[in-house]
Amino acid sequence: MRRFSGALLAIVVVAALGVALVIGLNRDDDLERAAAPADAAATIARGEYLVRAGSCFGCHTEPGGAPYAGGRAIETPFGVVHAPNLTPDVTGLSGWTSDDFWRALHNGRARDGRLLYPAFPYPNYTRLIRADSDAMFAYLQSLAPVAKPNRAHALRFPFDQQAALAVWRALFFRPARFASDPARSPQWNRGAYLVETLGHCNACHSRRNVFGATAGPLDLAGGLIPIQNWYAPSLYDDREAGVGRWPERDVVALLQTGVTATASVQGPMAEVVARSTRYLSLDDLTAMADYLRTLPGSGEREPAPARATTAVATAGERGAKLYTDRCAACHGERGEGVSGAYPPLAGNRAVAISPPANLVHIVLRGGFAPTTAGNPRPFGMPPFATVLSDQDIADVLSYVRASWGHRARAITPLEVSRYRGAASR
Amino acid sequence: MAIGRPLSSARRRARTRVATLLALAAAAIAPTVRAAPFEDTIAQRVLACTGCHGEQGRAGPDGYYPRLAGKPAGYLFNQLRNFRDERRHYELMNGLLALLDDAYLREIAAYFASLDVPYPPPAAPAASAELRERGEALVRRGDPARSLPACTQCHGDAMTGREPFIPGLLGLPRDYLNAQLGAWRSGQRRAIEPDCMAQVARSLAPEEIGAVSAWLAAQTVPAHARAASDAGASLPIPCGGLAPPIANAAGGAGR
Repeated sequence: MRRFSGALLAIVVVAALGVALVIGLNRDDDLERAAAPADAAATIARGEYLVRAGSCFGCHTEPGGAPYAGGRAIETPFGVVHAPNLTPDVTGLSGWTSDDFWRALHNGRARDGRLLYPAFPYPNYTRLIRADSDAMFAYLQSLAPVAKPNRAHALRFPFDQQAALAVWRALFFRPARFASDPARSPQWNRGAYLVETLGHCNACHSRRNVFGATAGPLDLAGGLIPIQNWYAPSLYDDREAGVGRWPERDVVALLQTGVTATASVQGPMAEVVARSTRYLSLDDLTAMADYLRTLPGSGEREPAPARATTAVATAGERGAKLYTDRCAACHGERGEGVSGAYPPLAGNRAVAISPPANLVHIVLRGGFAPTTAGNPRPFGMPPFATVLSDQDIADVLSYVRASWGHRARAITPLEVSRYRGAASR
Repeated sequence: MAIGRPLSSARRRARTRVATLLALAAAAIAPTVRAAPFEDTIAQRVLACTGCHGEQGRAGPDGYYPRLAGKPAGYLFNQLRNFRDERRHYELMNGLLALLDDAYLREIAAYFASLDVPYPPPAAPAASAELRERGEALVRRGDPARSLPACTQCHGDAMTGREPFIPGLLGLPRDYLNAQLGAWRSGQRRAIEPDCMAQVARSLAPEEIGAVSAWLAAQTVPAHARAASDAGASLPIPCGGLAPPIANAAGGAGR
């Protein structure tokens, strides 16, 4: 009996220590108040710029809905999170103070003390400087109030529990400050701040563990975006989306206009350009390019495709025929493309990346590059989802991935079917 | 993100159409090969549209991709906006248009509106004469007893539409007309409020929709049919899509 109560006591003590630890690791950081800015109008304008740089629009606005009034459903492996209303209505952020807003961005905690879900990228925003947070808040408060009640999240048990979120945060989140690297230029540090913190690029460009956590805002090694199943390529690797070998002006052009002479953004990255980076100043885009071009590993690898396989030969003839019938008119018989209109497929690293998610998605859905000031009348590719079978798409893409110097593995109809189905929940 | 929306309806539809597709010559199936050398024209820039909607937007081969050529520019612009802003739902259209701004959508609409492409003869009537007669009565006279306006009151006596926002009703396949009126009735297709067509479709019984579609689809389109230009004429019920195009919520800049 005594031994039993001793064991019980030990369990209670360990549990209490665990709870205390989780609570301790969820303590808020201090407020770090910034001096009130003198010019309110200039602050609001700067806030608008920063809100765009932070890509807030993409999640906090429904298609066709009032900007920043929330409501968009963000699907995650744990259930659906509904982005809340950020306009200064009673259903939104009316009554919030800049301290409340800072607590949300820096500590991931709502005004009422609830812990926030990290679909809201506060693991990145935590490194924002307070003056930027205040300017963003001033801009959001300057919007016309939109009455739009927030929709409750639809997360599965136990992910819908605050206690589970507290444990997640104890494991994967700590409030942090942005630290400049004194060995680097101010421009490079500005780029680091935009990429790691405001732009939260790693929210897509990194692999997430089974708990949905990234290895931190510095990890840009690429990963499959959960649910959407587009592949956000590695920014370290020249065979994927590393830009160490790109001229700076091409990096700037891609982020500003969505296109270069030989490439265009598609899928989720097209949204990033359309909602965010196209609004950034040349200085800031150059800073991002500077930072991205010096990432570790960048510029060190020959952009040569990955593994060769023998499966290609069987698909070859059918794939070649399909390519001639369906693709060659725009992309050229030798995959040469048309400069400024249709990307070349020869030497195009997006063709050879594994997993081939993006290549399959683009053939299925087609797409236009986003309209931007630098590319106001984009060219488009038709969707082939309704006219090509999984076998057709596997054959033609396997052919492309084995042609004009590409040595990438073949794609199976099963894979195509998975990407076709991946988006159809 | 908008790009990752369900393909399921497209897939279902694709399956049901496999037989039709196989029956058609490969050349008739979108998207087809261009023979001409590259020229930077608006036609070139909208190959993503003509892939499914047929060369010069003359309609796809199977009734699901309607004609674009010669429809009023304002109508086409409104439909492009409705797909972009997800008042209309078809995943491939929603995805294609999600990141295009109003200015470009206007240009695309104006291009297809400017095309004068001959219509094919109507399909042989598949419905009974009695049903078509009932359809014609609804199209030409409506039903005053329940304040149901005639189609011709808005779409013009010749049913070729009215500039710049009201489309013609002729030259459309029966399946397409049924699908659209049904979608309006169920709320699947929406327009800018007040949504007059939703109001009309909801007051039609399903068999009345069938009758209207059967009669309309059996009519021959007059040569060089153009929408009438009496835009100032009053309409029997208010329609939101007919106001001068305003910047949508996100604005030309935001989208």
